Amino acid sequence: MSASDLHSEPKTIIDDMSNDGTPTKLWGLAAEFTTPAAITSAAKKVREANYRWWDCHVPFPVHGLDFAMGVQYTILPIIVFFGGLTGTCIALLLQIFTNSLEVNIWAIVPVVGYQFEVSGKPLISLPAFIPVTFELTVLLSALTTVGGMFLLNKLPCLYHPVLKSTKMNRMTDDRFYLVIESRDPNFVRPQTEALLESLDPVAIHELED
Amino acid sequence: MTALDRSTLSLGGLGSTGMAGGGLIGVGGIGATIALAASSSSWAVFWKSYLFGFMVITGVSLGALFFVMLQHITRAGWSVSLRRLAEGLASNLRWLWLAFVPVIVMVWMGEGAILYPWADPAIVSHDVVLQKKAGYLNPTFWSIRAICFLVIWAALAQFFVGQSVGQDHDGDLARTRRMQTAAPVGIMLYALSQTFAGVDWVMSLEPTWFSTMFGVYWFAVSVTGFFSCLILFATFLQSNGRMQGAISKEHYQDMGKLLFAFGVVFWAYIGYSQYMLIWYANIPIETGWFLPRQMGNWKWVSLLLVFGHFMLPFLLLVSRWPKRWNKSLSVIAVWMVLMMIVDVYWLVMPTLPVKAAHDAESLIQLMDQVDSGAVSVGWNLSILNFTAVVGMLGLLVAGTFMALRRCSLVPVSDPRLSESLDFENI
Repeated sequence: MSASDLHSEPKTIIDDMSNDGTPTKLWGLAAEFTTPAAITSAAKKVREANYRWWDCHVPFPVHGLDFAMGVQYTILPIIVFFGGLTGTCIALLLQIFTNSLEVNIWAIVPVVGYQFEVSGKPLISLPAFIPVTFELTVLLSALTTVGGMFLLNKLPCLYHPVLKSTKMNRMTDDRFYLVIESRDPNFVRPQTEALLESLDPVAIHELED
Repeated sequence: MTALDRSTLSLGGLGSTGMAGGGLIGVGGIGATIALAASSSSWAVFWKSYLFGFMVITGVSLGALFFVMLQHITRAGWSVSLRRLAEGLASNLRWLWLAFVPVIVMVWMGEGAILYPWADPAIVSHDVVLQKKAGYLNPTFWSIRAICFLVIWAALAQFFVGQSVGQDHDGDLARTRRMQTAAPVGIMLYALSQTFAGVDWVMSLEPTWFSTMFGVYWFAVSVTGFFSCLILFATFLQSNGRMQGAISKEHYQDMGKLLFAFGVVFWAYIGYSQYMLIWYANIPIETGWFLPRQMGNWKWVSLLLVFGHFMLPFLLLVSRWPKRWNKSLSVIAVWMVLMMIVDVYWLVMPTLPVKAAHDAESLIQLMDQVDSGAVSVGWNLSILNFTAVVGMLGLLVAGTFMALRRCSLVPVSDPRLSESLDFENI
């Protein structure tokens, strides 16, 4: 798809129809808005109507939209804390075991760490272990942050119905879309469409799975 | 979000209350310290306590000056509504030189040896290291440097506070540009002067010892004190009905972040780096400074700093909600102010008597002597320490309220004020 196509209006309805003539399943309804304020107040009303499977697609982060949608604050920091704590423990145990381990497995296999004495310091010298501990804590925190972010966002997402149709192309440019999915227990076509209609959008689009 | 209530932007009666209360505590504290010292003629304890108290309030005011200049360098929008509070704290630098004049006079009169061994010709004549350092550490050059630092700080504080308050009245945007041009130059002067002041005033208490990291450590101490005091100051004013709608949860969260970053993590990073290098190399001329700090009761103070200045506040401040909830943040800020005061005390007070160190046959024997009280390493917890630091803090409060009593508590004509009021963390 060329860049000019991205900005053009959907040419024909056939664009979004599967060509083999099989009936397509309705995935959701999208209401199109022109301003951040409009979608924020719309989101508040949809939230009050107790919908669960719905989302907003906007070209830039809109302040207060997540609050209006009632999005819960992420649990990622808690996961990252334990990721970092794991790093701390691994680093400390690694250094303590390798520096000072001295055990016999079943009294026949002697296991001795690489006991390397530096300038008369004790084998377990916490001040010397801090740099490795710090680095490993940071490393595992960072990896947990990125990995946890991908998991919580259900990424990578190779297919999404919103991207199938060209109707919502302007969500990366200058339009704001509120989508209610048909799998929502409260989704009943006429009522949901009436609700979206009452939010005063510029258009309502059908999205197929 | 509540709108800015412009009728709550002046100190009003709080100004004279704060000035009178702080002034009374200040004069009373310093007066009591002098009276107690005179009655027991313990002038050595007096000067150390005085220096300790002075370094605490200088640290807070210097941190404030750093913050103000940093906001102009980065052209920060978020901080505009609380910048005036930092300016109020920084404006203490306009009179703090007065409090240091007695120390300069003392050193100038040849009595500096009470605090600084390098000022005593008898000690220097027996110490080849101090003879080599005499070109830098001598009363004349030391006093000239001290005057330079105090003048630089007073001038910077006068400029930034004066321009900002002036803009309240005329709304002149040229003032914002002027401050943005001056801030980078100012912060370079600041970095040099505050580093050398730390070296001159605190590190030279132990003149044979040196650490290239000491200036940065002193900076970490001072910003810890400042960010804690800023949080407490803002909370105090808002709970007294001032600055309604000017400072939101978002601002408190960011002040908490800065306290976490500078006062907890950066402080620990610098403190650890300084300790680790000296500990690993294990050279007597470097370890001599840490020796008294690990003896007798000082080892508990050192451990208190590790756990109370780093571990505990790290766990308390790392989450989002304690920074956004006013009560928890102010409790943590009170704790951090206390820790900063303990930190300065730990920097200024301990000394290992040279004679005792020479006479001891072994380190074990020396440590036994310290534990039994036969040798003192500066742990003579005296009432003078408390009266001095409480008096100095009283002066800080009085000076801050005096600076802010006639002006608005928010830079009302700053071009970025609305950006600050709308500020939100993402």
